[in-house]
Amino acid sequence: MGAVPSALKHCLSYQHLLREQPWIAEPPTAAHPAQEASGVPEYIKIVEVGPRDGLQNEKVIVPTDIKIELINRLSKTGLPVVEATSFVSSKWVPQMADHKEVMRGIERHPGVQYPVLTPNLQGFHSAIAAGATEISVFGAASESFSKMNINCSIEESIEKFEEVAKAARNMNIPVRGYVSCVLGCPYEGNIIPAKVAEVSKRLYSIGCYEISLGDTIGVGTPGSMKKMLEAVMKEIPLSALAVHCHDTYGQALANILTAIQMGVSVVDSSVSGLGGCPYAKGATGNVATEDVLYMLNGLGINTGVNLYAVMEAGNFICTALNKKTNSKVAQASFNIGTIK
Amino acid sequence: MRADMAAARRLLPRWAGSLRPASSAAAAAYPKRVKVVEVGPRDGLQNEKNVVPTAVKINLINLLSETGLQVIEATSFVSPKWVPQMADHTEVMQGIRKVPGISYPVLTPNLKGFQAAVAAGAKEVSIFGAASELFTRKNINCSIEESLERFQEVMAAARTANIPVRGYVSCVLGCPYEGKISAAKVAEVSKKMYSMGCYEISLGDTIGVGTAGSMRDMLSAVMQEVPVGALAVHCHDTYGQALANILVALQMGVSVVDASVAGLGGCPYAQGASGNVATEDLVYMLNGLGIHTGVDLQKLMDTGTFICSALNRRTSSKVSQASCRL
Repeated sequence: MGAVPSALKHCLSYQHLLREQPWIAEPPTAAHPAQEASGVPEYIKIVEVGPRDGLQNEKVIVPTDIKIELINRLSKTGLPVVEATSFVSSKWVPQMADHKEVMRGIERHPGVQYPVLTPNLQGFHSAIAAGATEISVFGAASESFSKMNINCSIEESIEKFEEVAKAARNMNIPVRGYVSCVLGCPYEGNIIPAKVAEVSKRLYSIGCYEISLGDTIGVGTPGSMKKMLEAVMKEIPLSALAVHCHDTYGQALANILTAIQMGVSVVDSSVSGLGGCPYAKGATGNVATEDVLYMLNGLGINTGVNLYAVMEAGNFICTALNKKTNSKVAQASFNIGTIK
Repeated sequence: MRADMAAARRLLPRWAGSLRPASSAAAAAYPKRVKVVEVGPRDGLQNEKNVVPTAVKINLINLLSETGLQVIEATSFVSPKWVPQMADHTEVMQGIRKVPGISYPVLTPNLKGFQAAVAAGAKEVSIFGAASELFTRKNINCSIEESLERFQEVMAAARTANIPVRGYVSCVLGCPYEGKISAAKVAEVSKKMYSMGCYEISLGDTIGVGTAGSMRDMLSAVMQEVPVGALAVHCHDTYGQALANILVALQMGVSVVDASVAGLGGCPYAQGASGNVATEDLVYMLNGLGIHTGVDLQKLMDTGTFICSALNRRTSSKVSQASCRL
C-alpha cells in the first residue's frame, strides 16, 4: 500500500547481479542456534538429478556437449553427487541416448560421485564400460506403476535388480535404490506406507546403500510424508534414506522440511527445477536445487554447496534450453532491481 | 460466466480422497483448526498489473464467500491517488453479498479511510505497520512511531463503534531497503499494535525472503510479547519458501494463515516474481495434515479459474496447474 517504487532491471552482468542480491547467503560455517532447537541434521547431502531426471523429462532433447557442460559446471558448485545419465535403451528414453559419450566426456572431479541409472544387467555392463563408478536402480511402491513403466511386477523388477546388485558388489560398485510413487501413484491413487516400507526393505536387502523415496507425482503433503517415513524408518536405518520430492502441487519444500525434521539427511533436487511431470501436462516436476539450498542455508544446515554457482549453472542450462527457470529463488534474484 | 466456469471446471484427479482432511494421527504437533484469511481481493488485486472492473471484484468476493472461507479481505479505503486499483472501494463494499458468519475486513490507513469504510458498511478494519523504519519512511513518509500514533485515532474510533481491528506488520523477515530485520524489532512493533487494541497481528514476510530458520527465530521473539492465539502469518512465495515457513509457524502454534486465491498479487520489489502464497496450495497442505479449515478446495480452484480468466493470466497455484491437466 502507498507509493511503491517500481523495480528497475539491472543491465549489469549476471555475476554482479547475484553479488548485489542480499538474500543469497553463503553456506553457514558454524552451527546455527535455531538448528539445534529444531532437531534438523547439521549436514545434508544434496543429490543433484538435473542432468538425468531433469533433462530426461524436458521436452527438448539436449545436445551432448550441453549436457557435458552442465555436468562440468555442477561439479564445481560443491555438490557431492551429480546423477549423470541413464543407461536405458534409447528406444525408451531417447533423451539419454548419448549416455556413453556423456559418461566419457565429463570431467570427473575428486570428491564428486556421478551415479548413472542401470535398469538391467546389460545397462550395468555398458555403464561400467563407459567408466561409471556408481549406479542406481529404480523400483516402485505401486504394482500398476511398475507394470505400466517396465512391464513387470515389483517383485520381478527387484529380482532383475538383484542380478545387477550382485554384479555391482563383485566390482565394488555402490548401488543406490529408488522407490517411486511413495506418496501416491498416477494409476493406483493412494499408496499405503507399509507397501513403501516393504519395497524399500527389499531394495536395501539386495545391497542398495541408500534408498531414495520418490514422490513421483508430487501429491504428498507433510502429513503423508510423515506417515510414510515412520513406516519406512522401522525397516531401514535413517542414514540410508533420501527423499526425492516433486513440486507438482507446490508441496516439495514443506515435505522436505518434514523429512529433515525426522532426521533424513539426503535430499534429491534438480537445478532450475528441470524436468516436468509426465503425468500432468505443463505442471512442474522436480524441486529446484536453488530453492532447497535457500531453505537449508536459512536453517543453518551445511551442504557444502555454493548457491551462486548453482544459480549460474541453472542460468546456463535454461538459456541453452530456451526456457524459464522453475526456481523461485532464481526468478526473484534475476529480477530484483535497484531500489532507490 | 457460470457456464464458462463449468466448461473450464478443473476436475479433481483421484486425489479427491486426499484433499479431504485425512486422519489426524500425524498431526499431533499441529493445530486442529486453522483460520484461512483470504487476501486475494485486496492484497492480490492491488498488486496485479491489470485493474479489475468493479463487477468482477464483486463476483470474485461472492464466489469466495461460497467456498467456506470465513474471512475475505474485501478492499482498501486508501486514497485512489496512491492505490488506483482500489478506487472503487465504496462500490465494492456496498455491492458484495455479505454472508452471515463471514467477515469482510477492509484496510483503513487513517481516520478518514475508517469513516468512509464504516459509512460503506464495513464491520472490521485493518491497519498496517512495519518492522522497518526505512520501509515506513519510503511507503508513508513517517517513522514507525509516528505511523502508530496516526493509527491511535483509528483505534479510538473503532473501539467506540465496536469494530474489531486487525494489525499487519510488514517486513518481518526482511526489508527491501534495510535488509535483515531483527526479531526483537518485530516483537516490539507487534506488541505495540496488540496493546493498542488490535485483536490479531498478521506478520508479513513482505518480500518472501524468510526461511524456516528466520521464521522460527522471529516467532520465538514475538510469542514472548503477543499470545500465539492472536498471531497470524502472511507469507510471500517469492523465493518458494512460503509453505515451508507456514509449516514452521503451525508447528509453533500459529493457527491463522493469510493466503491469496490463485496466488494473486506479484511482488512489487522483484519484477515478474511471485508474491502471495496461493490459497489452493495452502489448503492442499492443511488437508494433508488433517487440519480443519472448512474450505472446499474444488470451489476455491473454480474461483481461481474465474479470476485468472478475468485477469487474463495464468494461475500461480501449483495445485490448480497440476489438477487441470491430469
